[in-house]
Amino acid sequence: MTIDWNAFTPWSALAGGLLIGIAAAMFVLLNGRIAGISGVVAGLLDPVRGELGWRVAFVLGLVASPALYLVAGALPHPKIDAGSGALVLAGVLVGVGTRYGSGCTSGHGICGLSRLSPRSLAATAAFMSAGFVTVFVVRHLLHV
Amino acid sequence: MQFVSAFLSGLVFGLGLIVAGMANPAKVLGFLDVTGRWDPSLAFVMAGAIAVGIAAFAVARKRTVSLLGADMKLRDARHIDRRLLGGGALFGIGWGIAGFCPGAGLVAMGMGEVKALVFVVAMLAGMAVFELSERRKRAAQLRTV
Repeated sequence: MTIDWNAFTPWSALAGGLLIGIAAAMFVLLNGRIAGISGVVAGLLDPVRGELGWRVAFVLGLVASPALYLVAGALPHPKIDAGSGALVLAGVLVGVGTRYGSGCTSGHGICGLSRLSPRSLAATAAFMSAGFVTVFVVRHLLHV
Repeated sequence: MQFVSAFLSGLVFGLGLIVAGMANPAKVLGFLDVTGRWDPSLAFVMAGAIAVGIAAFAVARKRTVSLLGADMKLRDARHIDRRLLGGGALFGIGWGIAGFCPGAGLVAMGMGEVKALVFVVAMLAGMAVFELSERRKRAAQLRTV
């Protein structure tokens, strides 16, 4: 393992993390819900009475966030190397996997760990290690 | 009022992802590339978020209604089973392929990235497939009872 010091951005990472934590705090204290994005989104597909509006509002907030960021400065440009086939495969795996595993990086990784939930710790260990192995295979074995 | 607070929570969440650099798949993949040139930034994102989250959830745990009067929906499932770990592993594989988790995909879509839209549509399709198969399973169980 070598650390990529040029890419490493501890301060903006920490600042962004604090904002994410504040968002999760707002959501649980004001709405009484866990800011688990896969769960919030999945609920849009199987709407329950009275549970649809806040889900739409939360997702709209997420999608609108780049527009707000633009007020302060130029948006950073995301670098997406995956081709269409890989994006579709990745999307389907993320969709199915987060439903089977009842959560993603936000629900288990941030909210679950903040609640000191052993279940979320196990889920986070599972998706992190699968992510490490996948990138190892794709980058260093298949050289894609 | 709860729509407003949900919208604002989503907005701040998305801002955090952008500031942290996590709406950028290349940066996420840099974190997942532990055997290559590793970018530890994502660990700092989690540390920052959890530092705030621990305090917030400690307060939330003691409440029966939210500050806006909503019922607290904090399921406390504890079981660790094959669904949890297998689902987590599938998610991790997808995450490692493109560098998108659900939140990052939605935020990058909001930046007007067509590739992020492709990812989000495929993710919704994956969720819909899961939903349909669960429904079918439930229906089959009802028939056998």
